Amino acid sequence: MTNLLEIRDLHKRYGTVEVLKGVDCSMRQGEVISIIGSSGSGKTTMLRCINMLEEFQGGTIAIDGQEIGYETAGGARRRKPEREIARQRALTGMAFQQFNLFPHMTAAANVMLGLVKVKKMSRDEAMVLAEKWLDRVGLLSRKDHYPGQLSGGQQQRVAIARAIAMNPKLMLFDEVTSALDPELVNEVLQVIKGLAEDGMSMLIVTHEMRFAYEVSSRVIFMNQGRIGEEGDPREMFLKPKTERLAEFLKTSTFN
Amino acid sequence: MDFSFLDQLWLARIPLLKGLGVSVSISLLSIVVGTVLGVFVGLALVYGLRPVKWIVRGYTDFIRGTPVLVLVLASYYVLSTIGIDLGPFQAGVLALAVFCSSHVGELVRGALQSIPKGQTEAAKAIGLTFAQTFAYVLGPQALRQALPAWVNTAAEMVKASTLLSIIGVSELLLRTQEVISRTFMSLEFYFFAGFLYFVINYGIERFGRYVERKTAVPS
Repeated sequence: MTNLLEIRDLHKRYGTVEVLKGVDCSMRQGEVISIIGSSGSGKTTMLRCINMLEEFQGGTIAIDGQEIGYETAGGARRRKPEREIARQRALTGMAFQQFNLFPHMTAAANVMLGLVKVKKMSRDEAMVLAEKWLDRVGLLSRKDHYPGQLSGGQQQRVAIARAIAMNPKLMLFDEVTSALDPELVNEVLQVIKGLAEDGMSMLIVTHEMRFAYEVSSRVIFMNQGRIGEEGDPREMFLKPKTERLAEFLKTSTFN
Repeated sequence: MDFSFLDQLWLARIPLLKGLGVSVSISLLSIVVGTVLGVFVGLALVYGLRPVKWIVRGYTDFIRGTPVLVLVLASYYVLSTIGIDLGPFQAGVLALAVFCSSHVGELVRGALQSIPKGQTEAAKAIGLTFAQTFAYVLGPQALRQALPAWVNTAAEMVKASTLLSIIGVSELLLRTQEVISRTFMSLEFYFFAGFLYFVINYGIERFGRYVERKTAVPS
């Protein structure tokens, strides 16, 4: 069986600065992988390469055997056409640090936009799904509210509903609790935990070590553009093999 | 001969109304044409390829750095020397539309660039194409953002329409001056013309406020 996600020798440069120096990673259906590491280690960049929010200069990323973003024909590597990339982006769902809800649309309209415009559903079908997922994140009663009328935690839950309603094969979470007040962090983590229990495949970039420990089936520690260490969360957190990880864990809060 | 101002006003009603009509036509035409052009200018400034950007940037900087009166005169007198013969009305509207387009272009550029990058990223992430992102995410936000400044620009165009009197377009100001040269009631008729311009611009401003309120996003 092909892996859900297959990253091979991923290289990414910003100008002359190489931020990803050859990352390899495979992920099976239903896995929940947390990516930890200090800022600048490349964890967010890696996530953003998977849905082509960042271009990458070397290596391949495949979802369900389908090469993302680039195709190689006759030895030459070419960016796929925009339309094709847009279609591939819908294979994944993404939640952002800053939520990025569309401020001029209600919560329900935020969730419905992709369903209607990308999945070509009727408005009625889209509304049924939007209500289902808003209910799932505990915000059905707020479906007609605008983002400006919601708290940060509520906005992030709507943003997660918006991504997950598209029925992606893989969810990408990019530091989704970093912009939240501490008392709002938990409601968002609970939603993600629920999705994990449903068997959703997820890649989670996070600074919440306790959460990573509890929810993940595997943890990846990024260090200076490479995977520094990866494995079972218990072993990683309790018996780190590398000095870098041990150091990193010492400076991060694990509560 | 002892006519009061109101008598004179009544006698002059037809030319003044015609002048008002011409002023409104000039303003409307230049706002509409200028806005349509300006949207393209703004899009080119934000999304254009580099050479396109440079050319359009040169255009807007040049136009915005030139007094409107100079544009009006150039449009009327200079274009004819290169074989483009426009009547005063057409030449004047062209000048104002060009002027308007450079300002609207800047408004559109500013509005689009004020939208956080995360909006585009979120739209991409759910699989929207660029055209869809623009139509449903960026466009509606940019419109709201640009509306107040656009209303100001529209009011400026109404005021700038008076400059066309210099090249002999019989708009409200020129008609008013003609009436004054007959009646010598300069104070009264200038005030009256000023009042009409105020009414138009106040109307535009109220309308702008109304649209702003109607389209405001609750928060």
